[in-house]
Amino acid sequence: MAKFRPLGVVPLGDCAAYVEFSRTLDLEMNSMVQRLAVALRLRGMPWLRDVVPALGGVALHFDPAFEGNVLELAAELVAQCLKKGLPAAKEFESEIEVPVCYEAEFAPDLDEVSKKTGLAAFEVVKRHTAEEYRVLMIGFAPGHAYLGGLDTRLAVPRRAAPRAQVPAGAVAIANEQTVVYPYAISGGWNVIGRTPLAVFDAGRLRPSLFAPGDRVRFRAITGKEFQRMAAEQ
Amino acid sequence: MSIHVARPGLLSTVQDLGRHGEQHLGVCPGGAMDPVALALANALVGNPVHAAALEITILGPELRFEQVTLVALCGAEFHGGLPRNRPVLLAPGTRLSIGRAARGARAYLAVAGGIDVAPVLGSRSTFLPGRFGGLEGRALRRGDVLPLTEDAAALSQERFGALKNTDGRSVRWSGPPQTVPDREPVLLHAIEGQHFAGFDAASQRAFFDAVWRIAPESNRMGFRLAGPALARGDGDEILSGPTALGTVQVPAGGAPIALMADHQTTGGYPRIAEIAYADVPRLAQLAPGGTLHFAKCGLDMALELRKDAKARVDAMLQSIAWEFGH
Repeated sequence: MAKFRPLGVVPLGDCAAYVEFSRTLDLEMNSMVQRLAVALRLRGMPWLRDVVPALGGVALHFDPAFEGNVLELAAELVAQCLKKGLPAAKEFESEIEVPVCYEAEFAPDLDEVSKKTGLAAFEVVKRHTAEEYRVLMIGFAPGHAYLGGLDTRLAVPRRAAPRAQVPAGAVAIANEQTVVYPYAISGGWNVIGRTPLAVFDAGRLRPSLFAPGDRVRFRAITGKEFQRMAAEQ
Repeated sequence: MSIHVARPGLLSTVQDLGRHGEQHLGVCPGGAMDPVALALANALVGNPVHAAALEITILGPELRFEQVTLVALCGAEFHGGLPRNRPVLLAPGTRLSIGRAARGARAYLAVAGGIDVAPVLGSRSTFLPGRFGGLEGRALRRGDVLPLTEDAAALSQERFGALKNTDGRSVRWSGPPQTVPDREPVLLHAIEGQHFAGFDAASQRAFFDAVWRIAPESNRMGFRLAGPALARGDGDEILSGPTALGTVQVPAGGAPIALMADHQTTGGYPRIAEIAYADVPRLAQLAPGGTLHFAKCGLDMALELRKDAKARVDAMLQSIAWEFGH
């Protein structure tokens, strides 16, 4: 792969800086960015409030009480971490299995996806559960993970008209990614199932089911299993 | 100890200075839209600046205070209610009715000891889209009971007793208004965003020349700005990237959105500008229909503006602390 070196550092306002490594989605770069974010957080700089790994770079958010130049400090912190060496992905990533019910009542767009891909519904489900995905980024809403690694045969565009409300736990696909909606929210992805797991619960010790870098698999469950697991949540 | 909500107002929520350290999990900092007004209100009742208070939006609530309570109302000017920017000791049984905003959009009602809801992820701020924080993760409703600390009445008496220059149930002085704009359009300093150069020349000019109006579909997540449509010169796909408070992004329709306290932590729209941190509280004081324009500045100037704003707030906090005998 190309050398892991910032393309540039740009201000995100005067309290944050974005250190960019790639302008296109590059999975190896994305993984390096996540390792860098972990290294930055471990470094524990007092003025550094948030470290946000995005698809192609990392944002450093500083306390507004910090009076120095955010671009210089961000560049320096990143250079220090790169020089010291980054933690291996396996040191922080978790493996997560997500039970999903793909039955019709939870899968309003499965027929549409089936039509667009020319694959039977059971084949869509088989392919969706066959892959291992990686959390590329969390954004849009608390715990909302963008998972990369979708079977290219399932790559369909987003719906022309977004739904006003997609229920919590909805599992959806678009382009080459899949997502799990953390709570009822508007959304334009194609919903093909639903998990009974709480994707985000602010009151939980680990509020977000997913963290950047996690490896994720989906397992098909029946409607009955869904009801039982939902009741246990 | 508690406050009873007889009328909730348009959008009254519990807010403090926000939750930090969770943005990598998609949790935005949130908190008071006008943190300067929140800090002032807290200082005036002897609280630390980050204590939880009530953020009141455009139409105020009616509240009943069970016990003697030291309060302060800062930020926007509302009809009715209380004298602004000063501590007031409310008698037991007081009904406080706050009317419509006369100038500015958001006021903060701080109470001695703070509003005692449970912190969620390190903050008492209400995050409406995620339904957590504050009072059950939602805005106030009629019949709600806002919990105060057990010692709120004693604290109120004690702190009011410590104040110099009291006059009846209040004081002979008031804190200076900080963030409520006295004329429109409000001038906001902004630095060029990462994708500024990708907009066509006419749009680059229009962004800094136009007077923008806050559109009705604006909320704590973002203010939609109505004005000339902005278009990009290059059609390059933009990889979803991080955002921050004050980021101005431009969706395909061409109408910019200024990201406010409850903004999404990442976004796929081009970022045309970043509003200086020091100017965001004044933007927060605009209601839909309010107008603003942008003045281009560099990062150095934005840093200077922030330093000056902090010095002003620190001086104000110090003079209030002196009134409490500290």
